[in-house]
Amino acid sequence: MKHLMSACLMASLTVPLCSGKALAGEVWVTNEKDDTVSVIDTDTLEVIHTYDTGERPRGITFSKDFSRVYICASDSDAVQVMDPNTGKVLHDLPSGEDPEQFVLHPDDVHLYIANEDDAITTVVDTKSSKVVEQIDVGVEPEGMAVSPDGKVVITTSETTNMAHWIDTKTHQLFANTLVDSRPRYAEFAKNGAELWVSSEIGGTITIFNAATQTEVHKISFGIKGVNSDLVQPVGIKFGQDDAFAFVALGPANHVAVINTKTYEVEDYILVGRRVWQMAFNSDRSKLFTTNGVSGDVTVIDVASRKALKSIKVGRFPWGAAYRP
Amino acid sequence: MPQLTNIWRSLAVLLLCSASAAQAETTLSIGYLSVEAPRPPVLSNLDPMPDDLGVAGAILGIGDNNTTGRFLGQIYTLSPKAVGLGDDAVAAARVLLAQSPYLVLDAPPKVQLAIADLPEARGAILFNTSAGDEALRDTDCRRNLLHTLPSYAMRTDALAQVFVEKRWTDLVMISGGQDSDIAYAQAMRTSLAKFGLKLSAEKNWLANADMRRNAAQEVPLFTQDFGDYDALIVADEAGDFGRYILYNTWAARPVVGSEGLSAVTWSPVIEQWGAAQLQSRFFKSAAREMEPQDYAAWAAVRTLGEAMTRTTSNDPKTLRDYILSDRFELAGFKGRPMTYRSWNGQLRQPIAVVHPRAMVAQAPLEGFLHRGNELDTLGLDKPESKCEAFK
Repeated sequence: MKHLMSACLMASLTVPLCSGKALAGEVWVTNEKDDTVSVIDTDTLEVIHTYDTGERPRGITFSKDFSRVYICASDSDAVQVMDPNTGKVLHDLPSGEDPEQFVLHPDDVHLYIANEDDAITTVVDTKSSKVVEQIDVGVEPEGMAVSPDGKVVITTSETTNMAHWIDTKTHQLFANTLVDSRPRYAEFAKNGAELWVSSEIGGTITIFNAATQTEVHKISFGIKGVNSDLVQPVGIKFGQDDAFAFVALGPANHVAVINTKTYEVEDYILVGRRVWQMAFNSDRSKLFTTNGVSGDVTVIDVASRKALKSIKVGRFPWGAAYRP
Repeated sequence: MPQLTNIWRSLAVLLLCSASAAQAETTLSIGYLSVEAPRPPVLSNLDPMPDDLGVAGAILGIGDNNTTGRFLGQIYTLSPKAVGLGDDAVAAARVLLAQSPYLVLDAPPKVQLAIADLPEARGAILFNTSAGDEALRDTDCRRNLLHTLPSYAMRTDALAQVFVEKRWTDLVMISGGQDSDIAYAQAMRTSLAKFGLKLSAEKNWLANADMRRNAAQEVPLFTQDFGDYDALIVADEAGDFGRYILYNTWAARPVVGSEGLSAVTWSPVIEQWGAAQLQSRFFKSAAREMEPQDYAAWAAVRTLGEAMTRTTSNDPKTLRDYILSDRFELAGFKGRPMTYRSWNGQLRQPIAVVHPRAMVAQAPLEGFLHRGNELDTLGLDKPESKCEAFK
């Protein structure tokens, strides 16, 4: 989230209308079963580049200045550092085994990586390419989030069913909070006041008060004509001012729109098949969703809450990240 | 079986050591009893049965539970015990039940019933991880016996859904003569009737030829009088002759059932829904691929782990109530939450339809609807249940 805001601010120095008109930019999508990334132009909504990656690319994120893109190449057991202007892999970072998702600390240096096969969160210094710490967490760590002030990192563990709260100063866990089955994704909201965690098999979003690590709300979903077992929330993204949350519902093939004040689900937007992760464009007027089974990306017009277009990418698109 | 005993002894020591090393507030001990069953000879020696079949899944489950438990002050231990042919399995169960009310069973149905009926087993939670027999879940059901292994009917219903979807309506069947083959064949007939299908012909496999040498000569003749059909069902749960039927039939038609396209609890070819992670964790732990019985034992141990995590109790009544309630759900890497049927203690679960190299479909298939839970299109549903013990 922070990247997008700073990107918007940076861009506004050169282009005056930041919030009014969509800015040219790119959404990068990892294709899990093609070992590639597809680069989508956020204006023309076309794939403009496809670059090779390591094996089974999943998590993807940019450095603060967007000069490097980090890609979890899960089956290569590495985080790859790519030059986004050329698509060349510059070098690999040590990542621990089977890195799936990660989060870049606001210091722009430390990557926190979930090592799915090892029940570990690995902290890597991207400057020195050294592992700083390995932290024991629950079985199958996956979701990663960092608070806006950088003090707290979250790892969710899919089989242990917890959000683990990591103090970034000491690298110790200071809280472990249970959520419903198979937590896949976590994201801080409202300037770090809340933590949202999706539970894929539980079919819920649990919202925590981040200061007390206590549950304040739980959201369930119900889509007409879709079996409730198939409503499996994964990715969460917050729109302008965190007023609305967008939640990807996996094999339910919909994205839910949640009012973050009332915690009510206001809408369900039909997208491609098995939707997992998402990324906004610069002004958050368009939302890009990765649809694994249909092998495409749906572009949602945020204002009208309607799908605009689907864009064919590689096989099993997984992660998504934006750069201006 | 001296080598088997050694493996089991080292397992027990290993698990007890790791258990005693840690300090925790709540401990849940689980017994695991493996009762050797007579194994009839089969034609091929290609598939040796792993000595740690089943228990390897329980060990992985204990590890999973303990990783979670260390954040909650909970500890899980496993006491595995194997009894050989002719040994007193019920006496062994008594010893385990004296230590803990939680017992995972890999045993023939009759032995499971004898154990469930022990006075020591009253109020215990037993898990059937090895028998697909319908009666155990129906007329012979026991209040203290839950089932993590799917019944034969759940697996044959899954295949019947595939037949309906593919419009394979003209079906023939070859059945073996062993108890498991007969039970599977009967379940298949019931499933076909349930989904409006029927067999146009049936044959019993009685040949005593060595198929390793001359399947190519025997099987075409044996299948010639079936004439034309859409698919040939093989009921050969013991793994005797079925493998020699494929590609040797008179008519060029798919082989399904115990061989070819099969409906299974678990298979190494399942990789979706995070299953690849469970497969690789199992492989790391057991140095082999995960089989259905390993999965059932893993699910049993994880069921207890999930129940103690959520209730923070190790009391069997509290856990049983929770496990059979709407609040319980287990994430089992099959794409849907798994829960227990309140009328007979069967773990609801999707059934994968696979061939040896890939998954073809997963039941319940789209379009097979149920007013409650679509998973209940597989196996005994509440209205037809004759199980009284759960009422």
